[in-house]
Amino acid sequence: MVSIRIPTQLRTLTGGASEVSVEGTTVGEALTALDTAHPGFAERLYDESGALRRFVNVFLAEDDIRFLSGVDSPVTDGQTISIVPAVAGG
Amino acid sequence: MTYVQSLRCRECERTYDIAPIYTCEWCFGPLEVAYDYEAIAANISRESIAAGPETIWRYAPLLPVDPPGQSMLPVGWTPLLRADRLASELGLGELWIKDDTRNPTNAFKDRVVAVALAKALEFGMKTLACASTGNLANAVAAHAARAGLHSIVFIPSDLEAGKIVTTSVYGGTVVAIDGNYDDVNRLCVELASERPWAFVNVNVRPFYAEGSKTLAFETAEQLGWETPDHVVVPIASGSLLTKIRKGFDELHKVGLLDEAPSVRVSGAQATGCSPVATAFAEGSDTINPVRPNTIAKSLAIGNPADGYYALDAVRETGGGLAAVTDDEIVEGMQLLARTEGIFGETAAGVTIASLKRLAEEGVVRPDERVVAYVTGHGLKTIEAVAPHTGVTATIQPTLDAFVEAFPGFDDE
Repeated sequence: MVSIRIPTQLRTLTGGASEVSVEGTTVGEALTALDTAHPGFAERLYDESGALRRFVNVFLAEDDIRFLSGVDSPVTDGQTISIVPAVAGG
Repeated sequence: MTYVQSLRCRECERTYDIAPIYTCEWCFGPLEVAYDYEAIAANISRESIAAGPETIWRYAPLLPVDPPGQSMLPVGWTPLLRADRLASELGLGELWIKDDTRNPTNAFKDRVVAVALAKALEFGMKTLACASTGNLANAVAAHAARAGLHSIVFIPSDLEAGKIVTTSVYGGTVVAIDGNYDDVNRLCVELASERPWAFVNVNVRPFYAEGSKTLAFETAEQLGWETPDHVVVPIASGSLLTKIRKGFDELHKVGLLDEAPSVRVSGAQATGCSPVATAFAEGSDTINPVRPNTIAKSLAIGNPADGYYALDAVRETGGGLAAVTDDEIVEGMQLLARTEGIFGETAAGVTIASLKRLAEEGVVRPDERVVAYVTGHGLKTIEAVAPHTGVTATIQPTLDAFVEAFPGFDDE
């Protein structure tokens, strides 16, 4: 199981839960499992072309997945994925 | 009174009521303040502005919050200085420096914090917070102290010593994070959803960012209600550049400029952190995050929130983007100091070195009226130039010793 941390903006989809546990061997699989468990995530996270929206950052443990292999980054049991809004700072 | 209608997503245009929120719940796009420009036009004039205070609040109708009732640190109305000696070194014509080192905490961040603070007070929030590369931490700590609010600022642990001193002296909480700015920022985003604080550049960001427009407003007013042909602006998150462009456009929208502005907007980054300049150079529509490694720590944002909008602004206005090395940054700081008597921080070195590069490339031209934005004071980043400075000679206090040391120094 991997944990996914849910930002405030998306907690309406999880009934208020800030963290959800799902199965998956990659970040993409885990996010798909999240959408299956709590329908609505996919259309919020991905644009029409199927790419992650440009103002959504996804982290695996401490790393932005763009420094890894994007949604194909492998995840192992017990790791945490965080969905974080990109528009902050500066 | 303000002329704010709502918050609106810049991506999908969904609207939201005014609140301390900053991203669209649907697409995560940035929320921006939407104004009733017709009403502003009916209630603002060059004369009403001239009769206002010599601070950013002279443009209050174009800001998203009323001036605070209590006395705050005076922000803005900084000098716009003609820079003929620098222009001549760079082969340019009419060049101006907007010297924003002349703010209460010696950087442009006082502008955005003044607006964020006013809005935080309106929201009834008691603690001012931020993720900062240094200048913002200075401003948040100082303005919170003046307003009697708590402050808690989060900074990367490797910041310049001067910026830590000039933050902690105000007595707030200063949290150094073992990581870079992007790590700090991520923590603050998570904290902002768990704490009732006014994170100026997170949950109050839509209001905060509007403060940067005042740099454009002042520039135009100081040029006799005309606009420059070309501006050169440093890029960290990209917000400053984006808002300066927006500021010029708004002046025309509310009838303060006779002609629609046509300002070319160019950006300046350090090679060690140039995600926007790299996308520009590659003709790419994707900005890939980087891990920053530059002496220009105030610009060291590897994952710039407004990078896409800054890139659009540069492309749409026919500007350019330069990325300059640490050596060029130091040379830029020295060049500005030597030719114009202005000591800017490393970010100013980035701006001046980029201006030099863009002038050499013919992007910034000698027939243009150019304004370069110097956004922070050199005393904040003294480490950068310290190895290149020092006394010319140390001598005994006698005339003979002087003549011996300086045999040629006998003319005017």
